[in-house]
Amino acid sequence: MADEVVLLDFWASMFGMRVRIALAEKGIKYEYKEQDVFNKGPQLLQTNPVHKKVPVLIHNGKPVCESLIIVQYIDEVWKDKSPLLPSDPYQRAHAKFWADFVDKKVYEVSKRVWTSTKGEEREAAKKDYFEIFKILEGELGDKPYFGGETFGFVDLSLIPFYSWFYAIETFGEFNLEAECPKIIAWAKRCLHKEIVAKTLQDEKKVYEFVGQLRKMRGLE
Amino acid sequence: MTSYLCKGNQSSMADQVKLHGTWSSPFVYRVIWALKLKGVPYEYVEEDLFKKSPLLQQYNPVNKKIPVLVHGGKPVCESMIIVEYIDQTWPHNPLLPTDPYEKAMARFWVKFAEDKGSIIGSLFRVSGEEHEKAIKESLEMLKIVEEHGLGEKTFFGGDKIGIVDIAFGAFSHWLGVIEETLGLELLQPNAFPRLHAWTKNFKEVPVIKDNLPDRDKMLVQLKGIREMYLASK
Repeated sequence: MADEVVLLDFWASMFGMRVRIALAEKGIKYEYKEQDVFNKGPQLLQTNPVHKKVPVLIHNGKPVCESLIIVQYIDEVWKDKSPLLPSDPYQRAHAKFWADFVDKKVYEVSKRVWTSTKGEEREAAKKDYFEIFKILEGELGDKPYFGGETFGFVDLSLIPFYSWFYAIETFGEFNLEAECPKIIAWAKRCLHKEIVAKTLQDEKKVYEFVGQLRKMRGLE
Repeated sequence: MTSYLCKGNQSSMADQVKLHGTWSSPFVYRVIWALKLKGVPYEYVEEDLFKKSPLLQQYNPVNKKIPVLVHGGKPVCESMIIVEYIDQTWPHNPLLPTDPYEKAMARFWVKFAEDKGSIIGSLFRVSGEEHEKAIKESLEMLKIVEEHGLGEKTFFGGDKIGIVDIAFGAFSHWLGVIEETLGLELLQPNAFPRLHAWTKNFKEVPVIKDNLPDRDKMLVQLKGIREMYLASK
């Protein structure tokens, strides 16, 4: 029986992009179903009743939610090619710690920047934003990827945010490369990977979308 | 910083397991339960959070938080990441299901416990309108756990406790002390019959029963924390 794989997602979601990268790495055929996140459809509400969020992976009718959990699931089910996580328990724990850090810190601090009003609020958000990325630069060190010599779980968890950098830099009025050159160098290295380049969304499109979100919040 | 050996001798440096924690932290207890369920001998090191040891700062430079598990000199941080590490390293008596789908379900609820469980702890640091809002959110969170997480099962893990029970362990003992300190009743048996029954069943499991911090000591500590917060306002 052939596997039926459906992905409920939203084009600009960095969490969704993680799953798209994972599915592409494993060469899994799937049906992509674009969701209207402002007007959530019945399938999304039914498959993720607790959070009502994308992405949701539906494998043979059974839904899996939360992007990093989905990526681990994909890694375990389609285990014969392109491992996404290290097999060594210590390295795995290390990778999970940093992916967790990205989850807890990067999204929130990014949101604070693009939802901020000019002045003190924005400056405080920017300060915290740079701090988070400097910590990430520290963890990257001299390695080409967070995963070491090859693109790994932490790289996968962070790279989708690159699509949002242009929007955040523009609204935040700063240049990330000036503050955190290693992160930009790392991102450009990841973009050499065809799957990453194809999955990441056009930064100008994301910028327009963030502009819309800001308007909706009365910030424009 | 005090330390003492638990259960048996350490065989070699490479195997040595140390747990850095504080005596009343539910996050530390998640790790203790996992180690005890696996029968892994370890050395416990009590940390002073007001005067963090250089070792803790070295092992967990990003968050400087406990618990930290140090195995053969290598640190692992974040309680539920530590629990999964323990489960992988000592695979007997598995805490996670073997089926990938069931594993994903378990991880979903572990993440829920991590992301949403902290709302209860926040009750200590707010008052007035924010306090009311936190109570409302706590009750909503408990309802989701009762209906979607636990459902008809005895334990989150089914017939035996598993990783999700460990993740929600704070509801079993710590929640009651928090309720008493703040004069609240969140986990009412009528409103949350299944979760309420779970707290009793969970605490009856021998490893859990034998490994819980002293309730009276905790009451004194939490009352102190709440008083400090109110005095600072």
